Amino acid sequence: MKNLILITMIAFLGFSAQAQTKKNKNLKYTTEVNGNCEQCKKRIEKAAFGVSGVKTASWDISSHQLTVILNEEKASTTDLNKAIAKVGHDTKEVKATQTDYDNLHSCCKYERE
Amino acid sequence: MQKNIMLFVVLLLSVSMFSQEDLQEVKITKKQKGIKKSYTLTGNTTIITSKELLKAACCNLAESFETNPSIDVNFSDALTGTKQIKMLGLTSPYLLIAEENIPSVRGASQAYGLSFTPGTWIESVQITKGAGSVINGYESISGQINTELLKPLSDIPFFLNVYGSTDARFEVNTHFNKKLSDKWATSLFVHGNARVAKNDMNDDGFLDNPLGKQINVLNRYQYYNPESGLVSFINFRYMNDKKQTGEVDFDKDTDRGTKNHWGSEINTERFDVSTKIGYVFKDMPYQSIGFQNAFNSHNQNSYFGLNIYDIRQNSFYSNLMFNSIINNTKHKFTTGLNFTYDQYQEFVNVNDYSRIDNSVGAFFEYTFDNTDNFSLILGGRVDNHNRLGFFVTPRLHMRYNPWKNGVLRVSAGRGKRSANIFAENQQLFASSRTFSILDNTGKVYGLNPEIAWNYGVSFSQKFTLFTKNAEIGFDFYRTDFKSQAVVDLMQSPQEVLFYNLKGSSFANSFQAEFNYELIHNLNLRTAYKYYDIQTDYLRGTFQRPLQAKHRFLGNLEYETALNDDKQWKFDYTFNWSGKQQLPYTASNPVADQFPDFSPSYAVMNIQVTRVFSPVLEVYVGGENIGNYKQEKAILGATDPFGPNFDASVAYAPIFGQMYYAGLRFKIK
Repeated sequence: MKNLILITMIAFLGFSAQAQTKKNKNLKYTTEVNGNCEQCKKRIEKAAFGVSGVKTASWDISSHQLTVILNEEKASTTDLNKAIAKVGHDTKEVKATQTDYDNLHSCCKYERE
Repeated sequence: MQKNIMLFVVLLLSVSMFSQEDLQEVKITKKQKGIKKSYTLTGNTTIITSKELLKAACCNLAESFETNPSIDVNFSDALTGTKQIKMLGLTSPYLLIAEENIPSVRGASQAYGLSFTPGTWIESVQITKGAGSVINGYESISGQINTELLKPLSDIPFFLNVYGSTDARFEVNTHFNKKLSDKWATSLFVHGNARVAKNDMNDDGFLDNPLGKQINVLNRYQYYNPESGLVSFINFRYMNDKKQTGEVDFDKDTDRGTKNHWGSEINTERFDVSTKIGYVFKDMPYQSIGFQNAFNSHNQNSYFGLNIYDIRQNSFYSNLMFNSIINNTKHKFTTGLNFTYDQYQEFVNVNDYSRIDNSVGAFFEYTFDNTDNFSLILGGRVDNHNRLGFFVTPRLHMRYNPWKNGVLRVSAGRGKRSANIFAENQQLFASSRTFSILDNTGKVYGLNPEIAWNYGVSFSQKFTLFTKNAEIGFDFYRTDFKSQAVVDLMQSPQEVLFYNLKGSSFANSFQAEFNYELIHNLNLRTAYKYYDIQTDYLRGTFQRPLQAKHRFLGNLEYETALNDDKQWKFDYTFNWSGKQQLPYTASNPVADQFPDFSPSYAVMNIQVTRVFSPVLEVYVGGENIGNYKQEKAILGATDPFGPNFDASVAYAPIFGQMYYAGLRFKIK
């Protein structure tokens, strides 16, 4: 009986692990990215497109939402967040370094949280 | 989990749908511009919204370009009553005219096709100068005009428009719309127009504009399912148009086929069915498949004095296309297949020119957009046509924004077409000219296909001048004919000759545009256009007849602020046309001659609209209020069956001033 439970558990775990490793080729991912203006929009989208596996990227100025479709086989959402932070924009997951933030154009110096 | 994803997607879709509705609501309250010039599209495209269309007197598609600098509209001529349009100095056969991206005005419908789309049906018109996209075909040379009709899912339940004018023309448009379910909607458009009284303002014994009757019915269905990504349109349309012109005393029942009086009737019956199915892939909004099919039957029976001209065209068009991306949406492509089949039964007096044309083609169009300041569209297609042979059509468009609010565009492309010489030049039947085709080795009426290259460059800049918005634009286009079916009116007033171009033929056009908001809500639009269109004829090199070298357009619009849903709108348009080369008539007796060039002249239109509420608006206006009239409209009018008769030379309005009034009633 114990064995049976164990087997079921292992099978179950194995299954869910498999489910986890099955990566989505067209993951729709939305996250908040801090920024101000048209220039920020271009910079953020450019950085997003720079990540391999990003198929579309659009950042909305008023809502600060970045929406991408990402092939998870090529990059993770963390890679994406890092790439955005690298050009000076804070995301929910990754904050930009002070030097990267300081490099932003004056109109793009959004208020940091 | 799957269920959750599904729910999430549904939620997302519904959210985005809501946000779309919000956007539309904003659009209504925000002032909508009549003409939108894009600074981000790759092609040199202008979008005319339905608002701009309301400025014209009475509308069918042919009459809706009067306030637009990209397109030159000629006044309607006495014979057909339809306004002919030109782009870059070339007439509509050199344009690709499509309705919802299905080529619509082509072949037999070339002469009158634009007047078969009532203006109230139109949601917007996109005008692209230059070569254009390869997706819809290889025929466009100087530009593309695509008309979008009102969409059943977003249309209002009921619309009524009535119109009447002092030239005895009356129009009624009624639209009915019904939402059949949350995914299906249907619209029924019924249009009728008639000119009931005979007008002869210049007392030459001939009608200034044709008597006419048209009934035009469109029933369309739209399906949209955001969950599955399926979109579909189905259209059914029937049109019957009758025109009578010629001498005032002409009686069609007793005088047809006789020399009692000269008269003409042009009767057209048309039936269209078109379908469109689109599918957007799940979770991949950038990838889609579209499949369009259209069948139409066009039947024109006509006579012009003793000339009989009948043409019937049955066409089938099919287009399958696939849109997707390469890596990401900076690199997009569209690829697909076209199939076209045209069966013509064409009779010119006793000559039978019936034939079947068909073609299959494949296209690929690549779009690069750096999402910032540069984009490029590179397209190509290969076609195999039973008369034009196997050929390749390349097209290129580029856009670059060198600085803020400035846009530089370049385009180049090739077009190829078979000239329907009789259908496109049928106004010449209203003359004593004999028709002669001088070549007989080609596959299109003995002539070779027309081939032309078009190159263009344009620049626009927006700026503020004394705190008000201003815009300046320049463009230059050149069309170079490698091969052309020349229509020669420069040889003899008793003949029209058709032959393959020997020598050179080109069309250069330059346009300068300046738009300015003079004071709040008062907008000025001006454009100067220069055309140099030369063709080597048998007798020498001449400017293309009936084309002004210099043209000027001015438009002033003023609207009061919306007050309690009430509003006044004023519109004034000034069109100046320089002297035009006229067909050669120097060998006629002096009384039956035209000068080499027409005089220059100006035409002014004015309109006032009163919006009483979102439900009702009334408009009154005048066309050609300066009352300019062509001095001699018809050569040999006293002897219409004699050798010098010619009613085909119309370089200016014939009717003179015309006033009109109408109302629009909407239930939302």
